This record gives sequence, structure tokens and C-alpha cells, in this order.
Amino acid sequence: MRIELRVNGEPCEADVWAGESLLYVLRERLGYPGSKNACEQGECGSCSVLYDGKLVCSCLVLAAQADGHQVVTVEGLGEDGRLHRVQEAFVAAGAVQCGFCTPGLVVAAVDLLAHNASPNDDEIREALSGNLCRCTGYAKIFDAVRLAAGT
Amino acid sequence: MQEEATTLGAVDVLTPRTLEEALRLKSETPGAVPIQGGTDVMVELNFDRARPPALLNLNEVAALRGWSRTNGRVSLGAGLTYAEAMEHPLAELLPALAEAARTVGGPQIRNRGTVGGNLGTASPAGDALPPLLVAGAEVNVASVRGERTLPLHEFLVGPKRNALAEDELIVGVSVAAGAGRETFLKVGPRNAMVIAVVSLALRVVDGELLAAFGSAGPVPALVRAPLEEASSFPEQVAAAASPIDDVRGTAAYRRHALRILAGRALDRCLA
Repeated sequence: MRIELRVNGEPCEADVWAGESLLYVLRERLGYPGSKNACEQGECGSCSVLYDGKLVCSCLVLAAQADGHQVVTVEGLGEDGRLHRVQEAFVAAGAVQCGFCTPGLVVAAVDLLAHNASPNDDEIREALSGNLCRCTGYAKIFDAVRLAAGT
Repeated sequence: MQEEATTLGAVDVLTPRTLEEALRLKSETPGAVPIQGGTDVMVELNFDRARPPALLNLNEVAALRGWSRTNGRVSLGAGLTYAEAMEHPLAELLPALAEAARTVGGPQIRNRGTVGGNLGTASPAGDALPPLLVAGAEVNVASVRGERTLPLHEFLVGPKRNALAEDELIVGVSVAAGAGRETFLKVGPRNAMVIAVVSLALRVVDGELLAAFGSAGPVPALVRAPLEEASSFPEQVAAAASPIDDVRGTAAYRRHALRILAGRALDRCLA
């Protein structure tokens, strides 16, 4: 089946197998490999994207459910070739070890700061609770979110 | 035969725009698996555990969304997400449901997972189910043959089994707004991203104690007692459970934890 969606503001079309996920469409059919494929069951948050403005695991969105909808991936966060301030903060704070969880955490942190400009540590913890870092680099990830928030 | 059941390409997606169309499609293709937030169904697909002939994508059916309030009852659409159940003013009307919703997965899951999906999956661990049970929930289901309403305890017929006929869809659930005090508690290895080892909702209303537990029997179940029996109520709740040993905990631990949770819930609601 054919679906039409907007990814990072750009209209896209893809021929998909009806049972596949939005994550598969993004990575394998549309050339957006930023969202990572790890658990495929919504446990790790590595595939986090904004779907109609809401933070979701793209592995749990059926491709057909994205037909006619808007998706923002980690590739679409920056503007004019510049990194988003959350991405800059992750670099500055060294909040990256192996890097596999980073795109999902960046998208989740962007979503947090869009709703809460100056979160406290409990709020950061709850907002990032759906994202796992297998290197357990959470301390620097928290530093990065605080840095981006300016708190 | 098993290979045949998992052949790629066997799945079709049906995306109705109205409830009427959804019911017609479900009637024509009874094997179609309804999908709303996808937090359960997609896991089955991604891991090749299920290859239904069709998926019935309910995301575009506006009639299944949101909630409304009439005559002291609150009607929740099947497509109400956990994130929406946590929002003002619904969270004040159904505080135990809001507390339970906040323990579901993480933000990504709560933005997609729905109350209707929790009912459809009918897991003994479904976090929304104990709060709905203590709120006197009635499940509204529909098919091309018409609508019917059944109490939640009749809807939940076994572990991951519900009373839906093959042509029926869950439209929503209606509950009595929280006229008294109520709360929800859950035990798990961490605060997020866990299936309940055991869970408990308590409502105190009109001199009556209503508790419902999850992950401590084949279905979430209700225990009632007069307010005067508050001191023995934790024991009654633990005695009513029929937990099993599994990977998440032992039966003995679950019964013990239920007793403790019931005591804490009473402290909260009777304070």
C-alpha cells in the first residue's frame, strides 16, 4: 500500500508492507536513519519521534497510521544547518557514549523543554523515563538537559 | 501451516473514518485486529507473533476520542490516551485512573496507549482496569447488530480474554465520577516502564470500601466491604486474590504486597 506523510516538513510518499512500522518506513524506505531500531517493543525510546507534535515510539506506530500525518525525526530538529540547542547541549556536556540512544533522548528532551522550559530533576527523570541508555550515561544526559534549559 | 500464517503480505490495513464504517468493516472482516495506539498490537507484529488477515486502524475515528460528563457519570472514549487521562480536569474527576495512567510505560507509551486498548488486551496487569472497576465501569460495545453495555467484571472473562463478539468493537467505558476518595498503587522494579507485579485501586464512597487488584488473579477483581471493616480490609483484599508465581514475582510476595498496598491506600483515602 502507498502512504503519504510529511517528514520534517517535507512531503513524502512510500510504498509499504501493511504490517510494518513507521520506524521501518523512516529508516529503510525514506532514508532517515537517525531514529534507531533497538527493542522494537516501545521499551527503549531509541526510535522516538514527534508524531503530530506528540512524542511517540515510531516502532509502535503502524506505517498506515502515519498516512496523512506529520512526523519530525532527530534529523529535523535543527534549523538552517545548525544543531538544535538540545543537540548542542548534548555535545557540550559530553552526554554521548556509544551514541545509540542519543537521537531518541534528544527528541524526548526537545519534547520536554517544549512543554516545560525549566524542568527540575524529577521532571527530567519522568520525561526521559521511556528512554534507555545502555552505557548508563544518565548523569551527563541530565547535565545536557539542564544546560539546554539554562537551569 | 505455521509458515503460512506468518507469510509477509497477508496483512491488510483498513482505515475507517467513522464509527459506522468501522463497525461495517469489522462485520465484513471479523478477523481484523483493531489497532488504536499500537502499544500492544505493534509488538505482536514486530516480533512476528501475529499475522492477522487485516488490521482495523481506528486512529481516524473521531467518535472514539475524548471524554464527556453526563448525569454524574463520565464517558471515556475507547481512544482516550493515558496522557489525556492525566490531564486537568479529567484527572480531578477520576484521580485513581490518572494516577494509574501516570505509571503506564513512559511518555511515549502514554501518548499512544489507550483505555480502550487496555480493555481489549484484557491483561490481568492492565493498569487502567483496577481504577475502572472501583468506579463501577460499564463497557460500551457496538456492532452492526447494535450496541450493548456490560459491567467491566463481566467484560473481563479471563487472562487476555474479553467478552467481545467477533464483530464487535469497544466504543468506550462509562464510570461514576469520583464522589469519594480514591487512589491507585502499583509495585514494580522501577517507577516507569514496568508491568505491575501487583496493583491496587481503592475508592471510599457512601460508607463503602471498594478495592480492585491487578496482577493477582486471572482477571483484575473487585473486593467490597463496609467502611466499618477498614481494619480487616487489607486482609480481605489479600485473601480475595489468587496470584501465581511467575517471572515478575511469587504468589506469596504478591499476596503480601497487596495487603501492604491496601493498608497504604486506606491511609491515603481515610486521612
